[in-house]
Amino acid sequence: MIDAMNVEEPSIEKYLRQDRLPHIWCSGCGIGPVAGCFLRAIDREKIDADRIAVVSGIGCTGRVAGYVKLDSFHTTHGRAIPFATGLILANPDLNVVVFSGDGDLVAIGGNHLIHAARRNIDMTVICVNNFNYGMTGGQVAPTAPLEARTTTTPYGNFESPFNLPYLVSASGASYVARWTVLQIRQLEKAIAEAMTKPGFSFIEVVAPCPVVYGRMNKEPKGLDSMHYYQDKSIIQDGADPKDAGLELNGPIVVGKFVDVQRPTLWDHLREVSNRAQEKANGRAKVQRSAK
Amino acid sequence: MTENQGLTGEFFINGDVACAEGAISAGCRFFAGYPITPATEVAERMSTRLPQVGGVYIQMEDELASMNAVLGASWAGVKAMTATSGPGFSLMMENVGLGVMLETPCVLVNIQRAGPSTGLPTLVGQQDMMQARWGSHGSYEIIALAPISPQDIFDLTITAFDLSEKYRVPVLIMSDEVVGHMSEKVVMPHVAPESLLNRRRPEVPPEEYLPYKTDVGLVPPMAVAGEGYRFHVTGLTHDERGYPVMTADAQDRLIRRLVDKIRLNRGDIIKYKETQIEDADIIVCAYGITTRIAQFAVKMARDEGIRAGLLQLITVWPFAEERIRELSLQAKAFVVPEINYGQIVLEVERCAGGKARTTLVPHMGGGVHSPETILEAIREAAQ
Repeated sequence: MIDAMNVEEPSIEKYLRQDRLPHIWCSGCGIGPVAGCFLRAIDREKIDADRIAVVSGIGCTGRVAGYVKLDSFHTTHGRAIPFATGLILANPDLNVVVFSGDGDLVAIGGNHLIHAARRNIDMTVICVNNFNYGMTGGQVAPTAPLEARTTTTPYGNFESPFNLPYLVSASGASYVARWTVLQIRQLEKAIAEAMTKPGFSFIEVVAPCPVVYGRMNKEPKGLDSMHYYQDKSIIQDGADPKDAGLELNGPIVVGKFVDVQRPTLWDHLREVSNRAQEKANGRAKVQRSAK
Repeated sequence: MTENQGLTGEFFINGDVACAEGAISAGCRFFAGYPITPATEVAERMSTRLPQVGGVYIQMEDELASMNAVLGASWAGVKAMTATSGPGFSLMMENVGLGVMLETPCVLVNIQRAGPSTGLPTLVGQQDMMQARWGSHGSYEIIALAPISPQDIFDLTITAFDLSEKYRVPVLIMSDEVVGHMSEKVVMPHVAPESLLNRRRPEVPPEEYLPYKTDVGLVPPMAVAGEGYRFHVTGLTHDERGYPVMTADAQDRLIRRLVDKIRLNRGDIIKYKETQIEDADIIVCAYGITTRIAQFAVKMARDEGIRAGLLQLITVWPFAEERIRELSLQAKAFVVPEINYGQIVLEVERCAGGKARTTLVPHMGGGVHSPETILEAIREAAQ
């Protein structure tokens, strides 16, 4: 019999800024487990940590950048992806990971998200979706299901939410997955796959926010959310993202939805650069021979 | 970047193109931007030139993204620039603040048009001068240069990169539509790479490196991503380690240093040019394209026997306040022509401190002053 307690777990302490602990996240919050999966994925896959750059925006998930002992950037609200775009375009050897929340990435930063997917730029985006703005006390987000209660939808949310895997896959992402924080093995594996795959990878992680969103939506404890995920998760690799929308208390389709190969932004850029340099060199040669 | 691949020789080009060539000569190898009149030609030129010299040009989805991509590229160790005009400048403001807070070398070019809002997209203005100084929220200092010709914008773009690398701050080139779109002769010298300034890099091993610990002076050495320093930087108020610290004390230490690294080095940063100042009673203080009209006006005034002189602000921010204070003891009046309804004149007035009169010669935008308008103001001031 395998003793589950003795399975060797990667050590993540070396990737943590332990002098910054304790962290600011509430008890039962889902962000910490996602950060844990990220760091275990780095260790298990032996990804070169010196080449990783973590970029976060603003919000609870935005604080991940501050706890990891990696090159890390805590930028402005919504702008993690364009900042990361500059990093990867200036140094294609970097392994750029954007770690941020749904409000940051999808509301104020939504335009950058779809354009990064369209460009198929080499980066991994980990989007912790807790359906609300936790840092500011629980306001409605563009991911909040219809009828969800938040501090700014006291009578129920009257807006339809984004279906993130559908949005990002339609925009051109090479890799799209969704997991909840209950499925940490699959999540860790997905992060490892995304970080080692060229092109734009997007992972949505459905996560509890017991102190604000959960309290208002009958999931007042982190464990309540975990029970919900256990009861309602449907693991369906290859599911059509179009059918993976989330509803209040509804099923949560999880799995790897998209995993395709297509040329990345850098593939195209290199080609164009070569063309430009050949043209410039050709012209210089003509000028020299004319003299 | 061993060899400089900037063009050399004489060219007849407009200011926008000269700006792009200045950037290439300065070692800029990354440009992110968004099309906007009258700055688009800077982007177009960069899209042609950067791939030739091993750099990257990208058109982003908006100016918010452009400014952030420039910051990201700089943190990957590459000299980076963007160019825009009024509405785009407004959109970049939040992340100019991020650049200041993270201490990120980069250059932002504003080919000014007349506003507010969409205003006169194709016509000149000098109306973002206070926005350049105060446009992002919070208390900070920034560097802004104002070129007067295509040659000048070529030269000042190189200066802008040098200053941004030396002081680790975004440097603004506050040009205008006339300078951007006029074509003149530009002489591009060979710029030796060793003549350019580069940010100081850390000399300590990663385990000893603190991103915001100063050693000599107030500008800390800068690590870049991917070299094993494993540093953290944040737009939050932070300590030497780059860690957020939410106290008034940490704020006091950080903001004083961010401001003082510019303020205490203003003698090195501030450049101005004086013409016929020695005996001048009336001093015309001008910047950008307006300087060139003011030159005529000063000459016409001299021909009439008025002792007029010209003070051209090459560096607009930080402001040449010591020099204006000195000149206010000598001159009767300052005449300040600008293509707005009064911006830099407020600074001149402040520095003159009541010792010399100050007169604004405003132009609402869409054109430049006539020399006669400025001459008339000189005559009135001389009475």
